[in-house]
Amino acid sequence: MPKDAGIRKVLVIGSGPIVIGQAAEFDYAGTQACRALMAEGVETVLINSNPATIMTDPDMATAVYIEPLTERTVERIIEKERPDSLLAGLGGQTGLNLAMKLYKSGFLGKHGVRLIGTNIDAILKSEDRQLFKDAMSAIHQPTIPSRTANSLEQARSAARAVGFPVIIRPAFTLGGTGGGVAMTEREFDAAAQRGLDASPIHQILVERYIFGWKEIEFEVMRDSAGTAITICSMENFDPVGVHTGDSIVVAPALTLADREYQLLRTAALDIIGALGIEGGCNCQFALNPESFEYAVIEVNPRVSRSSALASKATGYPIAKVTAKIALGYTLDEIKNEVTGETYACFEPAVDYVVCKLPRWPFDKFYGADSSLGPQMKATGEVMSIAPTFEAALMKAIRGAGIKEESLNRRVPAKKPLQKRLREIDDMRVFTLFEALKAGYSVAQLHELTKVDEFFLTKLAGMAELEAELARGLTPENVEKARRFGYTEALIEKLSGETPPPAPPLSYRMVDTCAAEFEARTPYFYSVPGGAHCDARERRGDKPTVVVLGSGPIRIGQGIEFDYSSVHCVSTLRAMGYDVVIINNNPETVSTDYDTASRLYFEPLCPEDVMGVLAVEEPVGVVVAFGGQTAISLAQYLVDHGVRILGTSAEGIDLAEDREKFDALLESLKIKRPRGAAVHSMEEAVSTADELGYPVLLRPSYVIGGQNMVIAHDEADVRRYMEVIITAGNGANVLIDQYLPGTELECDVISDGERVLIPGIMEHVERAGIHSGDSIAVCPPYSLDGAMTERVVECSRALALSLGTRGLVNIQYLTYKGELYVIEVNPRASRTVPYLSKISGLHMADAATRVMMGESLESLGLADGLAAPPEYVGVKVPVFSFEKMPDANSLLGPEMKSTGEVLGIGRTFTEALYKGLTAAGFRFVSDHGEARRGVLLSIENRQLGEIGPLAERLYAEGLNFYATPDTAAELRRLGFYAFDIGHVTRTAETGGLLERAGIGLVIYTGALHDDTMGDYTRLHFEAVRRGIPVLTSIDTALAAAGLLAEHLTEDSTGLIDVSGIRRRAE
Amino acid sequence: MAKAYLLLADGSVYAGRSFGAEGTRVGELVFTTGMTGAAESLTDPSYAGQMICFTFPQLGNYGICLDDCESGKVHAQAVICQEYCASPSNFRCELTVGELLERDGVPGIEGVDTRRITQVIRTHGVMNAAVTTAEPTPELLERVRGYAVRGAAAEKSVTEPVFFPLEGAGYSVALMDYGYKKSIADGLRKRGCAVTVYPHDTPAEAVLAAGHDGVMLSNGPGDPSENVYEISQIRELMGRIPVFGICLGHQMMALAQGARTAKMKFGHRGANQPAKDLKTGRVYITSQNHGYAVDGASLAGTPGVLRFVNVNDGSVEGVDYPGLAAFSVQFHPEAHSGPRDSEKLFDRFAALMGGAMDA
Repeated sequence: MPKDAGIRKVLVIGSGPIVIGQAAEFDYAGTQACRALMAEGVETVLINSNPATIMTDPDMATAVYIEPLTERTVERIIEKERPDSLLAGLGGQTGLNLAMKLYKSGFLGKHGVRLIGTNIDAILKSEDRQLFKDAMSAIHQPTIPSRTANSLEQARSAARAVGFPVIIRPAFTLGGTGGGVAMTEREFDAAAQRGLDASPIHQILVERYIFGWKEIEFEVMRDSAGTAITICSMENFDPVGVHTGDSIVVAPALTLADREYQLLRTAALDIIGALGIEGGCNCQFALNPESFEYAVIEVNPRVSRSSALASKATGYPIAKVTAKIALGYTLDEIKNEVTGETYACFEPAVDYVVCKLPRWPFDKFYGADSSLGPQMKATGEVMSIAPTFEAALMKAIRGAGIKEESLNRRVPAKKPLQKRLREIDDMRVFTLFEALKAGYSVAQLHELTKVDEFFLTKLAGMAELEAELARGLTPENVEKARRFGYTEALIEKLSGETPPPAPPLSYRMVDTCAAEFEARTPYFYSVPGGAHCDARERRGDKPTVVVLGSGPIRIGQGIEFDYSSVHCVSTLRAMGYDVVIINNNPETVSTDYDTASRLYFEPLCPEDVMGVLAVEEPVGVVVAFGGQTAISLAQYLVDHGVRILGTSAEGIDLAEDREKFDALLESLKIKRPRGAAVHSMEEAVSTADELGYPVLLRPSYVIGGQNMVIAHDEADVRRYMEVIITAGNGANVLIDQYLPGTELECDVISDGERVLIPGIMEHVERAGIHSGDSIAVCPPYSLDGAMTERVVECSRALALSLGTRGLVNIQYLTYKGELYVIEVNPRASRTVPYLSKISGLHMADAATRVMMGESLESLGLADGLAAPPEYVGVKVPVFSFEKMPDANSLLGPEMKSTGEVLGIGRTFTEALYKGLTAAGFRFVSDHGEARRGVLLSIENRQLGEIGPLAERLYAEGLNFYATPDTAAELRRLGFYAFDIGHVTRTAETGGLLERAGIGLVIYTGALHDDTMGDYTRLHFEAVRRGIPVLTSIDTALAAAGLLAEHLTEDSTGLIDVSGIRRRAE
Repeated sequence: MAKAYLLLADGSVYAGRSFGAEGTRVGELVFTTGMTGAAESLTDPSYAGQMICFTFPQLGNYGICLDDCESGKVHAQAVICQEYCASPSNFRCELTVGELLERDGVPGIEGVDTRRITQVIRTHGVMNAAVTTAEPTPELLERVRGYAVRGAAAEKSVTEPVFFPLEGAGYSVALMDYGYKKSIADGLRKRGCAVTVYPHDTPAEAVLAAGHDGVMLSNGPGDPSENVYEISQIRELMGRIPVFGICLGHQMMALAQGARTAKMKFGHRGANQPAKDLKTGRVYITSQNHGYAVDGASLAGTPGVLRFVNVNDGSVEGVDYPGLAAFSVQFHPEAHSGPRDSEKLFDRFAALMGGAMDA
């Protein structure tokens, strides 16, 4: 069927900020969809609150709105833009939920907007547990015995009916938020209540827990003619019970005989057919490993994390094809762009093994519960491709950015092995390997963990290989080690011998058809040896530049770096280069096969990168856009004779080496907080003493302020040093004077002569809170002319003296009228997309051109600080604490946010209002009479500052509930405040929040270990009631300032950001 | 690990590791892109005279379940794969792939670049080859170059009729055996047909005299046009009894009606071939294993009407013979291995036998 001519203008809803359970995969899907729509000549209107996305680029759609993803805002955009259709299946659960609300309220019908690519009936059937079960039983598809419940009472009887153990699945939540397992009746009530609370419709499914079954997924596509195909099968390493987002996954399924494979494939096709889905769909099954018995676990009638993985695993562009199907095309009308010969209507055949490894944030949440279950905790993932499972796993592990290079964990575990084998956590695969080495048999481990013997046997083979290597190298064991994905460095480390020179890696193509047809799309992975290198044939005549990507999404290194990498690639291609990207994150736009001239899906590790360079022989390598992951490879590459484009490795070193940098600042007469490097406990204590408390402590060479703390006394210092030393990171710690001033940040582009500052950002939270966790405002709202001058002057001096060719990010602090430099990052930073969108200046493009030798002058870009932007932009961080209820949510120098949103407004308050709304804040006054209470617990050091805050809250008629010291201070200031005692020591925090009608919690201050658990519980109780918790007095002040403005979503303007760039150019 | 070699007719040699039986085998080298179904493929008589290169790099992960085999023995001449798994994991596993090959005296070679081999076949077309556990010699190369698959269908057929009774059978079907897959008989039986398997050279009159409700023409190896006698008998059958042809059977039906067949460059072997039903517009993902195909243009002027085409290369995937109560498909609706998406064709056959002229 040809394109539906009735579709002329389509609204696409994005998925919003990166949170656990919803990451960059939706930027990838949304970008593919927007491109497909625009290519079909369909006017496209896009809304997404996340600025760090390619899909919100000005040229991705006819109109682009970076606005809060709320029902009202989407309604207003529909009223303004008048689309005839809404494509909702590409914005994750967020987009789908919004579309459903608009559909149910009748708004879409009233405005003549048709839902395309999504079948309402299918969504209802897949999301409502009972409807789902009914739909499955109607087509004779088995489900796991279960019952829905809307109250604890109902839940209890449901559990009795299905029988223990049970698993609790809340309805309508992301990434399984609030889910849990109860092995016995005793554990049940708490788990059930948590699930009920997590569900927006207060509904849970109580389901029989089928421990030990295999978990298998199929990605399926169907068109309007009823043709249905499966794209890819995937098998979880972990049996059912661990969220698929938290499990190692292989593709295709490796342990299914054709009978089982076809059984589930047929079931998947029957399901998509019965639900009437047109587009992509994900089906999850549990399969009894001892029979043909299976059950349908879940159906997602939309593109998902799994579909992104399946797309990258096979080369089949699921989102793009889904968008075309939504426009009316059938599968046999859509070309398979990978081969150019075949059509989208076929099932990819792969000739390799894919392995996905989740990336968890436990390194940021020291002490948080790292056990894995039905609630997803990973922030991102890496994927790897190899001919063997072993090699795929090894590539995934070294590329995951977890400082591991093999299955032998770097830091020994504290708990005994036997105990760890019974618990499932982020280290599971390492634990299994350790057990095999300790003499456990495959059979024993299978009995304990139910991990399939196939995988365990593979691990055992690797353990055996390592034992062989340790006995000495032979040609056979070296060849095997390479086949199993061991790097030369690792072989040397395990054997103590230098292996003979390795034959060059060859690169095979991912072509969707296992070489049956000649493929055009250059997407490669490495194999050791090999008779042929597909990649070599694809090299053209143009000079080649290699761009290093940023790896998995993790706290501190998010989608922003993928955004910058993608733009760097596009610009280089426009400049006439062949551009190669190396990256291993399957969720991203950068690993879409048509982003670069050639894509190498490889770990960002030394040998893997060098292998690509040997084939590509580039004129240079770009490390400046892939975040710290790419930057940290710079020195290695230079040492191996590779030319780094842009800022030199010496420049990078100068910025990152503390002593050299101090000397530079000295010579430039720029201040920085005093500090020193220390190497032992005693040195740390005496240095801190000498600098004067408070002090900031951190290890050197960091991502996102990892493991930074502010210490207020000697005990804090000792505690910190203890942690650092036992964590095995070495005792190399930097201690700085801590100055509680205002933080400023700017991204600067320099060509060595001119220095362009597109904008300065001011942080709402004072120094000490990580810049990634701060609300950032551009242009600054409290910076005076003289200080602005000083920022420009220092930025110029720093950029020039570091030899910057491209971007450099500089963080400042103003304290008592002085400007201090806190940090300089000689690379694209987290704020590049945000600033680009606000300023209308295409920063990554300009930086790339400068890096390649063009001058700012030739680009028509002025020197110095750019004119203030047309609108105010406020970046607000977004956290995922509801996924990790026990994590310490207090903001500090260590980054904790997973994503961000942008508010764009005509004024500071409007932008802040939009930003906070987009981040999910609901203001106290929104709660109406029921929630008029504010709970305040302010650190003693800050009590002197609460006057203005209290005044604003009081003016809104809010009631104060406070801890003893805070209450006393409020009373001293003349406000009435209930003294609630030491709230954090109250056992029943939830009850207090209810009785007092708390609508906002403001909790600041340093916590000690003894109160941490209490605070965490308070936070958890608040978050699950949807009560905002502010842990910085500055954020509180800013939010309270909005109350008096009485802004509503209707009173703010809608801003099409595609116009900002057009006007800027 | 013992060494093994793959010697191609172009003289190139790939060294790898041996599994399965020792020895030397010569055959026509083909590749299959199916990612599961080793047991089914190895025992499919259509592979007679051929050596199978599996493009999926892991072979033997779940071993061999004898129940999945399509016949009693391995018909392929040799097996080529990238990484062989000697310790399979599956609740039904009875043998490893290596044990099966050893039992039937078939050599296997692993550790070779199967993607490169596939590319060579894709570029040059199917090629003869040898797998050997001895050092390749010039004499072996001569043997390889002189090899041709001949009379394979006859060789794979039963020699006496074999009857599979079925209690309460609705229909009685004659299955003409040119090297049939067990799943075709199973597919018929599942739809209430008692099946009698006939030798390939059974005269049409003998089949008609037995009073069956329909005739199924099986799959099988080799060049369809070689089977001159069989084709003449099929011509006799068509129009006098409902006929359903699969794969080789499909090709011979076309030949019987005056169309032509031709050898393809490298054929279709795998579980992902899209076949479009021109009547409904729906595309089915099908299991295929063939090196010859019906020439679409040659159907003009015959009673055959093109019904299914391959979405990728436009080749003939199925023909209807209106008025003759007969139809045929190039792909394998009986699956095993591969998708079952088109299994409804067996129902269509049943409907024809039930009296419908154009089901």
